[in-house]
Amino acid sequence: MPLTLDEVKKIAHLARLEFSEEEILLYTQELSKILDYFQELQKVDTSSVSPTFHPLKKKTPFREDEVKEFYNRKGLLENAPELKETSIIVPKVVKAP
Amino acid sequence: MDFNELTLISTLKLLEEGKITSKELAEITLKRIKKYDSKLKAFLYVNEEWVLKQAEMADQRRKEGKAGALTGIPLSIKDNIHIEGHPTTCASKILANYIAPYDADVIERLKTEGAVFIGKTNLDEFAMGSSTENSGFFPTRNPWDLERVPGGSSGGSAVSVSARLGLGSLGSDTGGSIRQPAAFCGVVGMKPTYGLVSRFGLVAFASSLDQIGPFALNVEDLALLLKVIAGPTPKDSTSAEITPPDFTKAIQENLKTSYRIGLPREYFAEGLDPEIQKTLEEVIHILKKRHTLKEISLPHTKYALATYYIIAPAEASSNLARYDGVKYGFRAEAKTLLEMYKKSRAQGFGKEVKRRIMLGTYALSAGYYDAYYLKASKVRTLIKEDFDKAFQEVDLIFAPTTPTPPFKLGEKTADPLQMYLSDIFTIPVNLAGIPALNLPVGLTSQNLPIGAQIMGPNFKDDTVLSLAYQLEKEISLKFIPPLIKE
Repeated sequence: MPLTLDEVKKIAHLARLEFSEEEILLYTQELSKILDYFQELQKVDTSSVSPTFHPLKKKTPFREDEVKEFYNRKGLLENAPELKETSIIVPKVVKAP
Repeated sequence: MDFNELTLISTLKLLEEGKITSKELAEITLKRIKKYDSKLKAFLYVNEEWVLKQAEMADQRRKEGKAGALTGIPLSIKDNIHIEGHPTTCASKILANYIAPYDADVIERLKTEGAVFIGKTNLDEFAMGSSTENSGFFPTRNPWDLERVPGGSSGGSAVSVSARLGLGSLGSDTGGSIRQPAAFCGVVGMKPTYGLVSRFGLVAFASSLDQIGPFALNVEDLALLLKVIAGPTPKDSTSAEITPPDFTKAIQENLKTSYRIGLPREYFAEGLDPEIQKTLEEVIHILKKRHTLKEISLPHTKYALATYYIIAPAEASSNLARYDGVKYGFRAEAKTLLEMYKKSRAQGFGKEVKRRIMLGTYALSAGYYDAYYLKASKVRTLIKEDFDKAFQEVDLIFAPTTPTPPFKLGEKTADPLQMYLSDIFTIPVNLAGIPALNLPVGLTSQNLPIGAQIMGPNFKDDTVLSLAYQLEKEISLKFIPPLIKE
């Protein structure tokens, strides 16, 4: 088993997910099995191979950095879970002085 | 008029000749959805009023002599592509109430040509899955056998075309999500070359692999849909700056062209269902009449699945970080911001999505990046080079689309690896970026569709379509599921 329960808990935190103890156990087993399968790749000699991150050999296109107003501001805001006029409300992120 | 006999192009003729109106067509389609979709569950969203309004506008446009290439044609759209003012849920509870604030580029192009959108189709949540059982709402069923899956992730789109609930559809293909369900449902489905079709307005899953593509009842219809949606755009930085050829013209011109076709040893190996093997051998026999066939090797095929299931979840874990309950989507009650992130994501995402986010986060985390993500990205180079080498010797590659016919609901849900294996023949194409298409070529003894896959070099989408068109004419079979013959 390549993964421990504590490692799975750590990954869950990094991914901003939370699980019950039973779920942690299940994910540890499942993910370990999948990671075992990935070991197959270690057999491939890639010492002189460069990585492919993208299928097209394309340079990042540049354009002028012009500010353009999006035509449907209302549509964007209407999807917010909690709204006050044009501000999105979230739980308090700063401590009172 | 027998609706089961109609195709997109034959319907366009009826519309042009005034033998049917867009409104009548929309009404028939809506009636069919009412009749069949309670069993099939292909649609997540159908808004009758909107459908009829679009159809009336299409009729008006035609009357004014301003008809476009698709005016009045009912199409369904996978529910991870934005249509302004209508829901995009990605079949996820986290986006259950999301309304798209703008049109995807492909939708804008279809609107320009006058298409009528009949609804949004079901998928595996965020396009992660091979059976549409991972939908956060309900599974979709295969019209050829309601006990079986339609494939995935674009299962709803494949079913809507197969059952003639619309005359075409758009899906997305990250590891086979168009071709595999097309094979399972007996329709034509294509993943175009990466960069040929704009991805602006497609909800991102794995950005270096995702590609929008069409589903259709035949190759001619497919070529027309691809012609409409293909082409460069400033809104997608991965869009290729090429003028696509006229696919409709290309398939007619190449009707007698002879090609060098490669048969990859690794795809006709152990694990391939014997009935699929047999049918494909019959097709190969037909191909030999006009084309030069040659056995080829794509030696790194066996590493494609592991490579994909590292790269795709890694990209997904990053792309799906945006679902945090802040600006849109589901928000759970919480006292702190961190708690809100965690609870919203834990409650909003389904099991498979969380599994992949976990896998991807692990593969990218400090200490494991080199062993997993970087390693996989290097093996990806080797898989891509296999294809590059093969295409020096052959024009096209012919292979099965899936290792098995459609499986039963629940058969593979307990074991994620077993489910992942159903994409084994479609995944290499996405890693390489190349175009590939599923063509239905036969039926099993249990009356289930069998699909063949045609792959081509980058931006030779027209060649892929041309061979498919030839073959479709030679095989000359109709794929009408028994459910809709009743």
